[in-house]
Amino acid sequence: MAAARFARQLLALAPDGSARVTLYGAEPYAPYNRTLLTGLLRGRYASGTIALPTGGAAVRTGTEVVAIDPGARTLRTAGGETAAYDTLVLATGAAPVVPDLPGLRTAAGALRDGVHPLRTLGDRARIAAAVRSGGTAVVVGGGVLGVDAAQALAGAGAGVHLVHDREHLLDRHLDAGAAGIVRRTLASLGVRVHHEPGVLTALGANGRIVGFRLSDGTRIDARTTVLACGARPRTDLARAAGLAVATGVVVDDTLATSAPRVYAIGDCAEHRNAVHGRAEAAWEQADALAAALAAELSGTPAGTRPPAPPVLLRLGGGPVDVAAFGDSTAAGDDTEVVTLADATRGTYRKLVLRGGVPVGAILVGDLTTVGDVADAVARGEPVAGDALGLLVGEGRP
Amino acid sequence: MTSGAQPADTHCPYCSLQCGMRLRRIVSPESPGAGPGGTTVAVEERPDFPVNRGALCGKGRSAAAVLAPGARLTAPLVRDRRTGRLREAGWDEALGRAAEGLADAAARHGRDAAGVFGGGGLTNEKAYLLGKFARVVLRTANIDYNGRFCMSSAAAAQRAAFGLDRGLPFPLADIARTGCLVLVGGNPADTMPPAMRYFRAQQAAGGTLVVVDPRRTRTAETADLHLRPAPGTDLALALGLLHLVVADGRVDEAFVAARTTGWERAREAAMAHWPERVERLTGVPVAAMRRAVELFCDAPTGMVLTARGGEQHSKGVDTVGAWINLCLATGRAGRPHSGYGCLTGQGNGQGGREHGQKADQLPGYRSITDPAARAHVAAVWGVDPDTLPGPGRSAYELLDTLGTDGGVRALLLMGSNPVVSAPHASHVTERLRALDCLVVCDVVRSETAELADVVLPTAQWAEETGTMTNLEGRVILRRRALDPPPGVRTDLDVLHGLAERLGVGKGFPTEAEEAFEELREASAGGQADYSGIDYARIRAEDGVFWPCPRAGAGRPHHPGTPRLFLDRFATPDGRARFADVSHRAAAEEPDADYPLRLTTGRVLAHYQSGAQTRRTPELDRAAPGPFVEVHPRLAARLGVADGTPLTVTSRRGSVTAPAVVTDRIRADTVFMPFHWPGPGRANTLTNPALDPVSRMPEFKVCAVRVEAAVTEGAR
Repeated sequence: MAAARFARQLLALAPDGSARVTLYGAEPYAPYNRTLLTGLLRGRYASGTIALPTGGAAVRTGTEVVAIDPGARTLRTAGGETAAYDTLVLATGAAPVVPDLPGLRTAAGALRDGVHPLRTLGDRARIAAAVRSGGTAVVVGGGVLGVDAAQALAGAGAGVHLVHDREHLLDRHLDAGAAGIVRRTLASLGVRVHHEPGVLTALGANGRIVGFRLSDGTRIDARTTVLACGARPRTDLARAAGLAVATGVVVDDTLATSAPRVYAIGDCAEHRNAVHGRAEAAWEQADALAAALAAELSGTPAGTRPPAPPVLLRLGGGPVDVAAFGDSTAAGDDTEVVTLADATRGTYRKLVLRGGVPVGAILVGDLTTVGDVADAVARGEPVAGDALGLLVGEGRP
Repeated sequence: MTSGAQPADTHCPYCSLQCGMRLRRIVSPESPGAGPGGTTVAVEERPDFPVNRGALCGKGRSAAAVLAPGARLTAPLVRDRRTGRLREAGWDEALGRAAEGLADAAARHGRDAAGVFGGGGLTNEKAYLLGKFARVVLRTANIDYNGRFCMSSAAAAQRAAFGLDRGLPFPLADIARTGCLVLVGGNPADTMPPAMRYFRAQQAAGGTLVVVDPRRTRTAETADLHLRPAPGTDLALALGLLHLVVADGRVDEAFVAARTTGWERAREAAMAHWPERVERLTGVPVAAMRRAVELFCDAPTGMVLTARGGEQHSKGVDTVGAWINLCLATGRAGRPHSGYGCLTGQGNGQGGREHGQKADQLPGYRSITDPAARAHVAAVWGVDPDTLPGPGRSAYELLDTLGTDGGVRALLLMGSNPVVSAPHASHVTERLRALDCLVVCDVVRSETAELADVVLPTAQWAEETGTMTNLEGRVILRRRALDPPPGVRTDLDVLHGLAERLGVGKGFPTEAEEAFEELREASAGGQADYSGIDYARIRAEDGVFWPCPRAGAGRPHHPGTPRLFLDRFATPDGRARFADVSHRAAAEEPDADYPLRLTTGRVLAHYQSGAQTRRTPELDRAAPGPFVEVHPRLAARLGVADGTPLTVTSRRGSVTAPAVVTDRIRADTVFMPFHWPGPGRANTLTNPALDPVSRMPEFKVCAVRVEAAVTEGAR
């Protein structure tokens, strides 16, 4: 995604003919919008309609880059092809985390049949095929992807169990009150949510997973398992080439890596000790890098970089409508909290302030004020005694 | 008071509605508007004219006030070479000085050093002859006009999509019959109140109205749904709505297949703008976007109308293209009671762009770089096509280079007031001062006239005949109702007089109808073909819609074209073209030093730079000065209340005006009306960043800082 946006913007902004871009990808598909995979699972979007513009870049699908040589400015593909570059942009993204659960893998270390991450169009197709006949699925992980996948599978007609290991759903962004409303919304869709603080055990038969046993002895029968346990930046290529890598490929404020003429953007990049892992951040970085390189090509000074977006959770593709900003779960003597909860309508609104300045917010169920709230938290300017007005908007109770 | 003879049916001097009105001559020596002999006119309703059916707004009703001698110029002015001040002069001296200034600049710096700047309020005849004057008399490439600041983005986007640019491709009355009307960045309740009858009728008939505007305007208050995107993000919003159309399977596949090209790329662009991303960019909640798509797609027919709010951006063309894409993808174009349209602003914003006062165009909406177009027009003008100059600089670029090496050194300016209306107006003022010679033709002593070397007082709407083309593409006729006061001449007289002094004695008729007859020939075969239209038909038919080619001998009149594109679009293959667009940031986004956005617009009582309406006592009382709308939370943070003088600062300058505290405006944005000069001039702040295609400046968003003004006493 980051790569497609970068190519589109660079080719649009650079003086005519001054830039040529080749996109290499291991997947057999042209670049597509990964954020829409759960929507596709739910049955929105006709198949094949989530492709992204690439602005006329040469697109090499099914062509994994297996090595780069920043000194020689060359790359090598899995097919053994070597290609030279002037500038290299790493947008290798992130790989799904496979949890270390008993029974999940074969003795040889491969995932057993019936277990799928949800990261690619291929994953989406396999999951859709598996639940097509209305089977039951288990989603492992109660974070953003897990909740979204659960509601999408329920929307597609599958029976769904959602298993998570924390106190409440979406625990990185939501407090218990907000999460409770999300849980009720999921329940109304038929999703059964299980809290598993201990060890989840996969149950196998004939080489495939057929369900799980919770540590309290509960048994879930399901022939499809969706792993939603987070993702880790894909850094192998960068590491092997000797680039500085921490959690992600380390980049400076210009998105440059430690190697000359090599940049990194999107989920694989680590900027100021943070890996964003969000499509929105990937877009901002792609735009900033494209603008800077286009300016370089046209011989004009680069413009200012856009501000980094605030930490944000946003789930809006289905019945679960949630947004969280900034320090949304902060509590303590130095914070003031305004909370408006209406369980009868499934709404929850919360603003966290420090010294009258909004530092975090949660909105569930009614997002009328989402724009103003996002802006207020991003700006960090005092609400001047009108926290309630900010949360509920004009002329509303 | 005694009433005069037959009342004259004519049209309002202000906006692009060109409301029909009736002027009755009255003789009343004691009337404040009375001219020589005590003659003036009273504005009356003209219920039979189809656009406004008698309704007039306060501007139209009070239009006669500017005819009064006290409000206007009645003698030429020249800048005295000794005192440096403007003094009254005779016409001969004034025209001589003007011609000499233009000729000198050309002689010393080349032909392109003489320039022309026109206006979207000029009649078709004036616009046509002004363009001809530039190309034939001055032979300069440098002519452009303030319409570039008006609808040039919509014009470029419409030509790209449909192959033709006419503000509305249907009569205004059709909007009352559409199922869902989406209005983007327009506030007709304040800017063209008589149009609101069609909006009300549309809702009364069960239709729905969606208004897209960062402000809760009077128009937005009447909407079924109001979307409030941050200024500068309409492009993202349109792409987000198109995304939802695709996601929800609402694409009209049959229409797309049969009548369009370029869908795949447009769809890909929409896929890059997923709803939650667009929500973050625009501030419009996903649920509201979804509701808008339901309203638009569930109705059997739909229209999208844009106005300056969506268009006056450095990405205005792409923004309009994205809204057109929404119409095309849903099959809401080229069908009855559906389609995209632009609410043109100025009185002759439409006709003004068709007849050659635009840097790149010749009459009939022809391209100045097209050899066939050059040959046709040159033949009508009786000149060698090779003597016609090529395309010149766009409006802002022309103003920006005034008085510089390679720039225009002597400028003839007609019907425009850039000291108030141009972006980064303080800079434009400086450039105007740097000219060797500035000649201004105007009705009033405008802020720009104050800088001139020669000011030529011209007749105005009620005092002269001429055609205008309203926002529907309807060519209408203003009729002379009374004589201009002594000392005043028409713009056509001025052009004739200047041409004569510059050695071109023929080809600049002073009678409007004669000029129109020539315009018909020049436009024949062009996109905006007027050749089948004449004054008699306009009188008989309440206006004629172009294109209206001349019928062959013995054939009945071409009926004119009220509705375009029903059978085919005006592209070579007859198909509409999707735009391949993607959201990009404004040229200037808020940052730590300039944390807020400024957007600008109009108020009910005033028109454009206010040169006329500020001189109308009734309108001046209704809206006496500029102000800054601030949200209550922002006001509280700044510690200011209603009426507190505020200083608003951008990278280009500072202005001061009192606060109006209101939640009509977003908390991250302030609003200022742009009708006033001086310390509250909004255009001191605005950003001249240009759209790469239309060369439209970014009037509608720039980054500012707002503080309580430091008063003299506190300093």
